[in-house]
Amino acid sequence: MATTADHFQAHGEEHHHHDADHKPAFFARWFMSTNHKDIGTLYLIFAIIAGIIGGGISGLMRAELAAPGLQYLGMMVNFMGGDGNSFDQQGHMWNVLITAHGLIMVFFMVMPAMIGGFGNWFVPLMIGAPDMAFPRMNNISFWLTVAGFCSLLFSLFVPGGIGNGAGVGWTVYAPLSTTGSVGPAVDFAIFSLHLAGAGSILGATNFITTIFNMRAPGMTLHKMPLFVWSMLVTAFLLLLALPVLAAAITMLITDRNFGTTFFDAAGGGDPVLYQHLFWFFGHPEVYIMILPGFGMISQIVATFSRKPVFGYLGMAYAMVAIGVVGFIVWAHHMYTTGLDVNTKMYFTAATMVIAVPTGIKIFSWIATMWGGSIEFKSPMVWAMGFIFLFTVGGVTGVVLANGGVDDNLHDTYYVVAHFHYVLSLGAVTSMFAGWYYWFPKMSGRWHSELLSHIHFWVFFTGVNVIFFPMHFLGLQGMARRYPDYTPAFAYWNEIASWGYLIMAFSVLIFFANIIYAFTLGKKAAGNYWGEGATTLEWSLSSPPPFHQFETLPVIEDHHSHDDHISPRPAPRPANA
Amino acid sequence: MNFGGIARKSMIIPALLAAALGFVALPQVGLAQDPAPPVAEVAPAVVPPAPLDATPADAAAEAGAPVEAAAPAFDHYGPEMIKGQPTFAEDDLIGSMTFQKQYTADGNYALWMHDAILMPVITVISLFVLGLLLWVVVRFNRRRNTVPSKTSHNTLIEVVWTVVPVLILVVIAVPSITLLARQYESPPEDALTIKATGYQWYWGYTYPDNGGFEVIANMMPEEEAIAGGFPTHLETDNRMVVPVGVPIRLQTTGADVIHSFGIPSLWFKIDAVPGRINERMLTITEPGIYYGQCMELCGARHGYMPISIEARPQAEFDAWVRSRGGQTHAEVEAEAAAAAAPAPVEAAPAAADVEPAATETAAAVPAA
Repeated sequence: MATTADHFQAHGEEHHHHDADHKPAFFARWFMSTNHKDIGTLYLIFAIIAGIIGGGISGLMRAELAAPGLQYLGMMVNFMGGDGNSFDQQGHMWNVLITAHGLIMVFFMVMPAMIGGFGNWFVPLMIGAPDMAFPRMNNISFWLTVAGFCSLLFSLFVPGGIGNGAGVGWTVYAPLSTTGSVGPAVDFAIFSLHLAGAGSILGATNFITTIFNMRAPGMTLHKMPLFVWSMLVTAFLLLLALPVLAAAITMLITDRNFGTTFFDAAGGGDPVLYQHLFWFFGHPEVYIMILPGFGMISQIVATFSRKPVFGYLGMAYAMVAIGVVGFIVWAHHMYTTGLDVNTKMYFTAATMVIAVPTGIKIFSWIATMWGGSIEFKSPMVWAMGFIFLFTVGGVTGVVLANGGVDDNLHDTYYVVAHFHYVLSLGAVTSMFAGWYYWFPKMSGRWHSELLSHIHFWVFFTGVNVIFFPMHFLGLQGMARRYPDYTPAFAYWNEIASWGYLIMAFSVLIFFANIIYAFTLGKKAAGNYWGEGATTLEWSLSSPPPFHQFETLPVIEDHHSHDDHISPRPAPRPANA
Repeated sequence: MNFGGIARKSMIIPALLAAALGFVALPQVGLAQDPAPPVAEVAPAVVPPAPLDATPADAAAEAGAPVEAAAPAFDHYGPEMIKGQPTFAEDDLIGSMTFQKQYTADGNYALWMHDAILMPVITVISLFVLGLLLWVVVRFNRRRNTVPSKTSHNTLIEVVWTVVPVLILVVIAVPSITLLARQYESPPEDALTIKATGYQWYWGYTYPDNGGFEVIANMMPEEEAIAGGFPTHLETDNRMVVPVGVPIRLQTTGADVIHSFGIPSLWFKIDAVPGRINERMLTITEPGIYYGQCMELCGARHGYMPISIEARPQAEFDAWVRSRGGQTHAEVEAEAAAAAAPAPVEAAPAAADVEPAATETAAAVPAA
């Protein structure tokens, strides 16, 4: 029999008539939310805004790099109140741009969108829960992230070196970030990571508790949708890795302000210690950024192939393996620091191992499609784009994994190409796939499928034109984090900059689609993708009621990991 | 007791006030730190970084001419001897899409590993995945395949696509580990030692085996580079001259922040970390000029502290050392021998001659 959760008296006596769609007034609803769907929406809006800023910064960067010589940095310095004629202020401004771009995209775009946005929206829905385990803490996670972003933006306006802002790279290496950057900008940048990190740690505990304790009756861990698995692994990575980042950057703060010398050899410390601490967080961080994407792609591929994901257990445990092994490969980011030979050999071997579970996932997605009956709606097109582009990014990772080969590629544009392929062309593609998959569910309005398809092709073209030539530049030795270059690198740099314009145009299409949806878009049904969509969110209206699953759904024996809503099949007749 | 409700009702005003106060206080907190002292641009006693264009930023930067040691002038290589530089796509499109030509043994090995093993593997894998996806589009679209199959397991293929990647990785790992072992070979004890120190924002090359002189290398100004036929952003006013064909013990360290000494055509990159000396062996196979750059973010002029190595035959290297006021290896050895020589002469058993003329016999070889 169905289990009914008792209606928990979570509100004061004044709320007598609490029906499932009664929403609080505006300020309470949006600034003091305890609703996972609203908080998810807040995260998505925040991520879009941050993405515009971070993407705009990369536009400034590509504009400067389009031709040899410095053309625009002087104007930017003037705009920010400095002396645009100063060569060093221009150089510092460049470092501020690349730092802000990296920090914003990692901490304030990808993570909020995937984990805060899609994770909050769909984990409770997919497991049949009325909300997250800690709805109010969910809200503080969001507002901590916003505060972190504000701190980062503030850092742009205070001194941080030869001019304003923190010019230390998203990696914030000491001693450049300690003795090498005088002024409060780096402190505010570090503080932004403290705040965002705290928000993420709290969010991780929320996800873990929710997933372990609030699955609907009958939904064992091995019947959970793969998106929920991906969020579970991601949450563990966050929980274990972020505290190490917090320690490392706190040590930066004390080195900068309180006379410690953790990273100063003159005081007995070691700059390389910072790198170990940072990358011990930093490598799991990149898996944090991609695992939810893997989960979304699994859902989308299964839905549009009308087939369950191939090799469910393999997929789930491949993600666990990626998460676990991801913790023991960090020094492949440090191959040129002067590691001893055995260390370098170990990290080379361990890093290559991750290719195996990742390959299993790629092949399993293809096997899911194999034999399927595929409808190429836009989320499916985005998902297939992901599979190819992530493969390309992944194989350049295999090249870089070899420590001896990395010696000639470290800190070149080959690395920039690699991580943008797995991030911009991987994570971001999966986010757009998830967006078009779930947007009508969240908003209740249809976007234009035609515009989504055009968005995909223009974006696909643009990002490939930006980042594929960067492989060539890196092989030829062009260094990262340079505002200018020797003229031999001009050809491919110019092409990459044109690619940016194409990609920027695709972003306009994305916004046009959103406007279309909210003006002309048709209403969306509860299950608008049809028989292939069989996880619990498709059993609800679009958008779902403010409170759902006040009566918990029951997962029956005939339900499997990918199907939680089909009715019980009719019993077969007694004789064949 | 509904604490949440009470808190919400009674605490909003004070909370908002506190938040407003916090915002107001924030700039005070932010700017409480002492204003940044004027940035010290360069190390004191040596050549300041050459100004690059427009207005010099600080008092420390002056119109510095490259400083040559006041010693016999040395004939450096001209642009025709440049071997380690990136290729213009306009000259050689394919050449601009791959590694620079390599001039060390390990570099050639690594290049072979990349071109013969890694590139084919990753190309085949990428095209294979693309091919499968295209086939899926063609064969399993809804019009062509109306009923989806229910297959969600196949043990054989799952084993295959686990084991085959492992085998591919083993194939890659063998030359990879070999390459690392080769790169970590220690230089012979009598190898020439050169120490490259990264400063903000130039390199200093010290030759401890040649008397300890230091060469300061600033990026050559753009106009001068163009006039001389050298690539801009890559040439320096003073080069790091090294002997060709012999193992060199190249050490790096940082003077202020982390820099990195990277030469693409020599497959060489090692970080220059403050408080740490890193060391690798470098053996350049051909005479020529090889350019490199600083490969670790180090501040405002990170992009403007290149490296220019000039590999010369041993005799010419020795001439360069002398032109820098240093001593060749032979001269250093001779001096060391001279300093050690008086002692054995005094210890020799008293010969027929007891004149105190020992010092003059320093050059005389004691009887075996």
